[in-house]
Amino acid sequence: MAVGTLYNKIWDKHTVCELQTGQHQLFIGLHLIHEVTSPQACDMLRERGLPVLFPDRTVATVDHIIPTTDQSRPYHDAQAEAMAQALHDNTSEFKIRYFGVGSAEQGIVHVMGPEQGMVHPGMTVACGDSHTSTHGAFGTLAFGIGTTQVGDVLATQCLSMDPLKVRKVQIDGNLQTGVFAKDVILHVIRKLGVKGGIGYAYEYCGSTIKTMTMEERMTVCNMSIEGGARIGYINPDSITYAYLEGRPYAPSGEAWERAVQYWETIKSDQEARYDDEIQIYAEQIAPHITWGINPGQSVGIDESLPDPTLLPDGERQTAEHAYRHMNLKPGQSMNGVKIDVVFIGSCTNSRIEDLRAAATVAKGQKVPGHVRAIVVPGSRQVATQSESEGLHEVFIDAGFEWREPGCSMCLAMNPDRLEGSEISASTSNRNFIGRQGSPNGRTLLMSPQMAAAAAVNGQVTDVRTLAH
Amino acid sequence: MSDNKIVQITGKAIVIPGDDIDTDRIIPARFLKEITFVNLGKYPFFDERFDVDLKEKSHPFNDPNCRDAKILLVNKNFGCGSSREHAPQSLKRWGIDAIVGESFAEIFASNCITLGIPAVTVSSESIRAFQAETLEDVNLVWTVNLENSTVSSAKASAELHMPEHHKNTLRKGLWDSTSLLLENVDQVRRLYDQLPYTNHYGS
Ligand code: SF4
Repeated sequence: MAVGTLYNKIWDKHTVCELQTGQHQLFIGLHLIHEVTSPQACDMLRERGLPVLFPDRTVATVDHIIPTTDQSRPYHDAQAEAMAQALHDNTSEFKIRYFGVGSAEQGIVHVMGPEQGMVHPGMTVACGDSHTSTHGAFGTLAFGIGTTQVGDVLATQCLSMDPLKVRKVQIDGNLQTGVFAKDVILHVIRKLGVKGGIGYAYEYCGSTIKTMTMEERMTVCNMSIEGGARIGYINPDSITYAYLEGRPYAPSGEAWERAVQYWETIKSDQEARYDDEIQIYAEQIAPHITWGINPGQSVGIDESLPDPTLLPDGERQTAEHAYRHMNLKPGQSMNGVKIDVVFIGSCTNSRIEDLRAAATVAKGQKVPGHVRAIVVPGSRQVATQSESEGLHEVFIDAGFEWREPGCSMCLAMNPDRLEGSEISASTSNRNFIGRQGSPNGRTLLMSPQMAAAAAVNGQVTDVRTLAH
Repeated sequence: MSDNKIVQITGKAIVIPGDDIDTDRIIPARFLKEITFVNLGKYPFFDERFDVDLKEKSHPFNDPNCRDAKILLVNKNFGCGSSREHAPQSLKRWGIDAIVGESFAEIFASNCITLGIPAVTVSSESIRAFQAETLEDVNLVWTVNLENSTVSSAKASAELHMPEHHKNTLRKGLWDSTSLLLENVDQVRRLYDQLPYTNHYGS
């Protein structure tokens, strides 16, 4: 049992009581909702005649189903329109703050919350979306939950939860040029496996993490869930505080000073005990790319693809399935694999630093005619910032489409999707079969710079070989 | 809530072999756009059951002999991927009342409990044997019994595992989490009043 970690401290502070089931009743400090998983939960409240207990602790935005071309209502897709309308009606009925399309705050829920300064160290956060783990970057316990649980939080501001074990994932050293937070987390998942984190919270620490910006830390925490860990977090520090200070929903004035003092107390103790510890060396991480059908199936760009016969039983089957689906071969290199589509976006990699990094590669280049490349900023704020820096022009000049903010091709619930067996270079977080909208579609996950390099070369490219 | 008690599920089984069956395979994301759960029973494993022209492919969920099956037999890490409850909802609404496997993705397993679906594990050897026996005889009747912790049929039997509190939650009919949590609302209000961030960090 871990002792003295940030996980333990926040968990204890938020435990209301132990339930008859043996689970803990955990108070949730910030609840984020979106159009896909909230309508059914609101129905449940109405069926039972329950109010929202603390409407001021829930914030709503719309992201999953919205088009990224023309965002005017009504949407062409009747179901998307019904969902957007349901969210609008529910938030007004239950008096929940709502950042709809057209507002300056709207964005992918995991981009919007942090950039508004709503996510403070020491909080518990919940959202009906598995990538809620993103918010752990701020030193929170941030849980992805199911729809019934969304109803629980609305009605009671609580979840019934089992305690987790804590694994210290220590990453030390400097990242090579061309290697990013995305590569770090793909490497971690590859090493520990997509099931390796089951039952654990991941505490990321070490000098590599310490020097990362908040946006990089969010990328790392975002994909914790892909390694099976329910949550991932990073202890807050001066970088966290500098990011938060001055944001609309961050504490200000004297409260800011008190907040920072408090946040310092919730960090993991020097002598904290963990259930497990692992060490990773940043120097050993190359730009990573997935070749298979789960995010653990990745290689460094200069490696060849693994021989399935050398893998353990379960992994071998998945690898063989992956090779069939992806139409790739053991032993081959990913370098040079032709691609059809490039998607730069999603809550993993659609923030301003991601777009700046991708733009550096795209600048002055031309996407070949056979490639469809889209850039989808994570929020209105990211879009506005990018446009003020002229990033959109860099992308447009290079032949990318510059879109409106939303989840887009991360899960293809809107019109952005792969067709047939198209293969995409994508900065999102999941390469599951069918994830990008076509049952035969194929997804290669990578960093924004690698995706931009794939776009301008029309094929997977080691970004380190491009001069820029 | 006493009539919520789930102790024993008896019925035919259906085999979905393979590790790491993710939630997008259980229910492709494009079916998540419905604002109620009512129709989800039509869509489990849709892309594996139908080709692009909606022609039926060979799949256990299309097999008329399996239509009344209640128990799903799966392998490792079933339900990995998204936290969306649509996956267990679609299985439940199709008619699945219990899932027996080698291991489950955590969020999937807890979403199952929330809906009153026991997701129980048995050893690898047992699940393989159960799957083989079911494929040989689709009419074989299985019983998942949470009281004596077994999964059994006329042909075989094995000890089942699931976290003790999950088991109790189902057996005692306490899986309706909203009702349970609501009982402590006064304590919740007190905690709310004490937390630093709900009080401007202690002004
Ligand atoms: S960008 Fe993708 S992973 Fe993130 S919230 Fe949207 S759909 Fe989920």
